[in-house]
Amino acid sequence: MARVRLDSVSKHFGDVAALVDVELDIDDGDFMILLGPSGCGKSTLLRLVAGLEVPTAGDVWIGDRRVNDVAARERNVAMVFQSYALYPHKTVAANIEFPLKARGVDRVARSARAREVAETLGLSDLLDRRPAALSGGQRQRVALARAMVRNPEVFLMDEPLSNLDAALRSDTRAELIALQRRLGTTFVYVTHDQVEAMTMGSRVAVMANGALEQVGTPREVYDTPASVFVARFVGSPPMNLLEPGRVEASDHVVGLRAEHLRVDVDGPLEVTITLVEHLGHEILATGITDDGHHVVVRLDGDAAVVAGERLRLGWDHHRVHRFDRHTGRRLPNDLPSGIA
Amino acid sequence: MTWKRSPSELLPGTGRRRDVLLAGALLAPSAAVLGVFVIYPLARAIWLGRQRCDALAQRCRPTGWRQYLDVATSEEFTQALLVTIKFAMLTVPSGVVLGLGLAVLADRQLRGMAVFRTVFSSTIATSVAVASLMWLFLLQPSRGALANVGWIQDIFPVVKRPGLLNDPGTALSAVALSSVWANLGFTFVVVTAGLQSIPRDLVESAVVDGARAWRRFVDVTLPLLAPTLVFVSVVLVARAFQAYGEIDLLTAGGPQPQASTTTLTYLVYGRSSLARNDAGLQSAVAVWLFIVLLVISVAQLWLLERRATRR
Repeated sequence: MARVRLDSVSKHFGDVAALVDVELDIDDGDFMILLGPSGCGKSTLLRLVAGLEVPTAGDVWIGDRRVNDVAARERNVAMVFQSYALYPHKTVAANIEFPLKARGVDRVARSARAREVAETLGLSDLLDRRPAALSGGQRQRVALARAMVRNPEVFLMDEPLSNLDAALRSDTRAELIALQRRLGTTFVYVTHDQVEAMTMGSRVAVMANGALEQVGTPREVYDTPASVFVARFVGSPPMNLLEPGRVEASDHVVGLRAEHLRVDVDGPLEVTITLVEHLGHEILATGITDDGHHVVVRLDGDAAVVAGERLRLGWDHHRVHRFDRHTGRRLPNDLPSGIA
Repeated sequence: MTWKRSPSELLPGTGRRRDVLLAGALLAPSAAVLGVFVIYPLARAIWLGRQRCDALAQRCRPTGWRQYLDVATSEEFTQALLVTIKFAMLTVPSGVVLGLGLAVLADRQLRGMAVFRTVFSSTIATSVAVASLMWLFLLQPSRGALANVGWIQDIFPVVKRPGLLNDPGTALSAVALSSVWANLGFTFVVVTAGLQSIPRDLVESAVVDGARAWRRFVDVTLPLLAPTLVFVSVVLVARAFQAYGEIDLLTAGGPQPQASTTTLTYLVYGRSSLARNDAGLQSAVAVWLFIVLLVISVAQLWLLERRATRR
């Protein structure tokens, strides 16, 4: 088990900056989620920790060791790839054993250890099969078993659930959380799926354009997004953002979550409903203001609302998020309205 | 989706006769090409093989199917078959290993690697005639560039007297050398393509799993490359059995009288071949060569199939 630390890490590929001056401290035993859209640098960050890439500047630390010049095999980290990267010509048993074989563990010992790990993941009946004969979920577990087999200090996972169907994904999420609790090992988990980020992580690092936007617990990231980007990226539907001057006489962008809007005949915002989505327990209604702003409001499942209807919307003042219109950074919530 | 009705029922004007006519019309072009260029020549060769003829097969007299047995048991034929097998064993394994080695060396993202790739694959664009002439210039005892290097002469006196191509013991190896060189570009290109089709994730996974370069090569690269290597071997074996140009240009089947480089192909067509002036004997040898190649091809295909189904 180990703490992972990135100290002013940058990574350039030719002229392209994949990571810019990233500071990240991942505590021992943390389940850290790296969340961001494709191309934001989250996979590059993971690969830097794995030793598959070398930082252009800055230091990577695992435990109390600076690992910039330490080969991947010496780092004692394990990685689960999005494609699972199972060796197609090897049986499940041989796949799981491979990290031990690569480290010169003798045949008997590694076979015993592989069986032990396979047992915990329910793979015992599949040991003689080849990956081609497995389902997606089984392959995913084999990849996990291969990562677990040598008790690494850090688990690195690159979108491991993205190839599973929805039902299996939610089961596997729960299994991974349970696994991490049981092992107590540091997990670094890359995803662009905010549901995974919110439900699995003890902390979330939101990334955009090669830089960290915010690091915090899922709750913090959702409740107090540090920037317009985080506000839009975390949460479904994304936070409503209104231009300066629209609802407050001020110079900053105002953000409101869909669930914090309510129908209010005296409310300050009037919209025409253009789309009503019935999700069973709730309704997502999209409206448009007279000056063309789209606003999504979350209503009770039994609310009577139809497209074309005009509604006035209100909210509680402490629910308002305010962002600097130029930098997009969050402004303190106690800022009196009317002051730029 | 499964067909509830046969395709013919879906067409207007149904009927079995219509099917047959349509099938015949569609098959006719390929049947004609196959007939003219494969079936007729093969049948004629098989027929000629039971006759003794003049060089142009204009006057022939039948000697019966026994001629095939006579040819197969003749000293010339068995010797040529042996030389052919030796030639394949000299060229195929070394060609595959060299091509694989070069491809693996060149399979990395380094500045200037494109130059090496171009050089290594260049022999694919070199004709047998050019390659053979080049090796002739290198190996010729009196003025050959390779044969007149002092230290090579010290270690291998044979390069000067009588010359690699003129010594019955080394002639076949020397021809094989030029053949390996000429085929190296092909092997390099195909193996390089095979290497590039190996998913990067697999290799990187092995890196993180702690495998050193050699372990990665043995446990990941080589098994995933196996189908490519089998394919290359199949082609190289076929080429070895059909080699003619380099033998004709470098040794003309000699040195004589041992006929050290007279392969089956050379026995059919070669300048110094005994069968040269008898279209009947030539045909008999050619048919045997065909049978030998057929057996080898079936064996190799079976090997490929077995690999494919094991996946």
